[in-house]
Amino acid sequence: MMIGNKKLTQSIFFWLFRIMSTVVVLVLLTILYFVFSRGISTISWDFLTKAPEDGMVKGGIFPAIIGTLYLIGGSLLFAFPIGVFSAIYMHEYIKKGKIKSFLQLMTNNLAGVPSIVFGLFGMALFVNKLKFGDSIIAGSLTLGLLVLPVIIRTTEEALKAVDDNYRMASYAMGASKLYTIKKIILPIALPDIITGLILSIGRVSGETAPILFTVAAYFLPKLPHSIYDQVMALPYHLYVLATSGTNIEEARPVAFGTALVLVMIVLVTNLIANGVRAYYHSKYKK
Amino acid sequence: MVKKVLNFLQVGVLATSSYVTSIVVLLIIIFLFNEGAGVFTKSLLEEGFVIAVNKSNKLNAISPKDIKNIFDQKITNWKQIGGDDNAITLFSIDELPNFYTEEEIGSDFEYMDTCINNYIANHPNVLAYFPERNVAKNFQGKMIKVGTLGVFEFVKGKEWLPTARPVAQLGILPLLLGTLMVSLGAILLALPFGLVTAIYMAEIAHPVARKVLRPIIELLAGIPSVVYGFFGLIIVVPIVQKVFSLDVGETALAGSIVLAIMALPTIISIAEDAIRNVPNNMREASLALGATQWQTIRSVVIPYSKSGIMTGAILGIGRAIGETMAVLMVTGNASNMPTTFLQPVRTIPATIAAELGETANGGLHYSALFALGCILFLATMALNLYVQLALKKRNR
Amino acid sequence: MAQIETKNVDFYYGAVQALRNINLPIEHNTVTAFIGPSGCGKSTLLRLFNRMNDLIDGCRLDGSVEINGQNIYGKGVNVEELRKQVGMVFQKPNPFPKSIFENVAYGLRVNGVKSKSEIEDRVEASLIRSALWTEVKDKLNRSALQLSGGQQQRLCIARALAVEPSILLMDEPASALDPISTSKIEELIFELKKNFTIVIVTHSMQQAGRVSDKTAFFYMGEMVEYDSTTNIFTNPKQERTLNYVTGRFG
Repeated sequence: MMIGNKKLTQSIFFWLFRIMSTVVVLVLLTILYFVFSRGISTISWDFLTKAPEDGMVKGGIFPAIIGTLYLIGGSLLFAFPIGVFSAIYMHEYIKKGKIKSFLQLMTNNLAGVPSIVFGLFGMALFVNKLKFGDSIIAGSLTLGLLVLPVIIRTTEEALKAVDDNYRMASYAMGASKLYTIKKIILPIALPDIITGLILSIGRVSGETAPILFTVAAYFLPKLPHSIYDQVMALPYHLYVLATSGTNIEEARPVAFGTALVLVMIVLVTNLIANGVRAYYHSKYKK
Repeated sequence: MVKKVLNFLQVGVLATSSYVTSIVVLLIIIFLFNEGAGVFTKSLLEEGFVIAVNKSNKLNAISPKDIKNIFDQKITNWKQIGGDDNAITLFSIDELPNFYTEEEIGSDFEYMDTCINNYIANHPNVLAYFPERNVAKNFQGKMIKVGTLGVFEFVKGKEWLPTARPVAQLGILPLLLGTLMVSLGAILLALPFGLVTAIYMAEIAHPVARKVLRPIIELLAGIPSVVYGFFGLIIVVPIVQKVFSLDVGETALAGSIVLAIMALPTIISIAEDAIRNVPNNMREASLALGATQWQTIRSVVIPYSKSGIMTGAILGIGRAIGETMAVLMVTGNASNMPTTFLQPVRTIPATIAAELGETANGGLHYSALFALGCILFLATMALNLYVQLALKKRNR
Repeated sequence: MAQIETKNVDFYYGAVQALRNINLPIEHNTVTAFIGPSGCGKSTLLRLFNRMNDLIDGCRLDGSVEINGQNIYGKGVNVEELRKQVGMVFQKPNPFPKSIFENVAYGLRVNGVKSKSEIEDRVEASLIRSALWTEVKDKLNRSALQLSGGQQQRLCIARALAVEPSILLMDEPASALDPISTSKIEELIFELKKNFTIVIVTHSMQQAGRVSDKTAFFYMGEMVEYDSTTNIFTNPKQERTLNYVTGRFG
């Protein structure tokens, strides 16, 4: 009897779990289906290469795509080297102790700062204090600060995964620390570092709150001439189309198309990142 | 020699880089608090306006709250705020034509200053509200100092009307409650579903199912919040409206649901990692004693991974509190005191996002939004520190 | 009748055959040692007796394993009930991160024992049987993780004994322990033999010689020889056994 009870409890709970998990998976799949099914009909060559027309209800999203590309490039140009350098120093140079835990604490704190606070900070420092105005450089720096902890973390993980024996072997042959890092450790950790870089592209491309007051333009059909110009950006464009365009209902198809482009960026970067990881890991094993 | 210098420089660059995050955190604190502090030092009076009384009035300063009450006609006698027992005569510049003829004011309003001056001088019980540039050279009234905002009024005030005239109302209680409601609702929805799904994926489901689901969940964790907001706007909001037969579907509930959906991928992947970190020999030990798989999950796997699961939950809360765009798009953003989940609310991040674009740099409203940013920063920072200290304790 | 009997057992991990045609009877209240080089299938066979291998995907068994005359891979067999009857001690001590008391009580609780006094009595009895009682009786509420490795392993034995199995499987129970703890475990095995049928996998031939009545030698998934321990070590019939016990390979 006891045994029957145990089994019964188990199957009741397992069924409950199965049902709840199915609900979750269905809801999540609904979102993907929603974006794909309704966005796909909007996507065309013209949509991707033309400027918005007729109060943004027609035409394409080319300026927003270009703007987002500028922001991705600008922010990573700044955050990638600093992030990688920082991780190398924190992982390879500093010994365990107060300074190291302080730096890690600060990095984790920065990672937890809400994106709208980055927006406030970027506006106060880059736009107002440094007088960059609403510009690509102000937006890129703000976004760069936002992904900096992400890059540091993934790089640290990559360095952690490098077997200590390689370090020892290199030192044993009289190589210096810097030489060992450059010639032994970085090449081994590179695929994972690159994976982190690619994933942060997805993150940068979708952030809206940090660019609201630092770079994003409501409507700007021409392309930027310098880093001090404003640009349109995909996530802000979607926000505008969804909530405050001149004609929200008519703008729906464009909004769905924009949402799909955003999701595709994340999807493609995820696929590439997984591909890079899988390729190097299989190569490594052989 | 050259090599040595080069080496030193390179290590120096690495070291400097590692301090960037700390410096940024410090800068954020400095800028946020510096700008935010202005909300307690700047006059609440609309910029470029003054409040004046007759010279005979013994009051020199009136609190912002009293001024609001006077203009709302809730205070009608000077006695109520410590003056003599006389009814208050309100005067604002729009009323000038009621007391003076066009000729007296002048065709180009060139005598307006004099008229105001005269009106104040002739009415002993007047409280006048007019632009600073209309103060006459030989002004015969008395300027009233309007006090600044107190910390308590800021936190406990129930009205958020940053552009109200003549004094701005900067009570953040409705925004605080709105934020708490939306994020609490989200966590209450997301935690049970997220944890159950994580346990199911890690312990019960077929490994093939896990292999398929894991990348999908990673993809969903990376989707931008505006896309979730857009989804919420088009799917969740109408459903909420229909199910509860409301006039508007943009409610705290809609915000909670959208946030919960957004938080699910994060919670699932952190919790699943924690569960998969439970050593297999723990499971084997339990099963070898005749425990069922469910008993093993409940009494061994979950307790073992509890702190990892908690970390995920708390980080999820932090993210929910700070989330801006999705919430902004689906909660309706009414800044009144929330009472139920079925009414529009406005959260702190949404307030910043919606209003910062319209404020004058360095103005009172601008400072108020930075003060909101400080609150947000402190709240998420506290959660973060708590998680990190808890993790450290566990690792020791 | 033998208590455990395998009949024509073939076992596969996916496409890899881990055991070939194993026929092995194990008697009541004896200690049987499985020896052989690593990867020979001795642990796999041990784990067949309480169906722990069920947890691994893509494994398959042909033939039958009978315990007390019943095929434990037959239809309608309750795996939990079987595991209650067949206790197991693992290579590395694996106490739960709970108190000492709760570790031993765990098996009782999952098997539906509710009475507080009964649980207390059986926890005490099991700890006495596993020769740990005097060392832990004053700190039953402390975390089991504070015990030394050897104590942890005896705690795991107590935990297995608490559900009153008739068979005890031990998968290299002393391989992670120091010599003193090892000898304590070996003494314990000698004590427990009176009430339990014990099957022990070991990589140490000295240990097999010290504790077991019978020894089976495995090589490449086959059972090469099965005989009394004295015969295996002093007078093996197969040359491969001789080579192994005299240390020529493995």
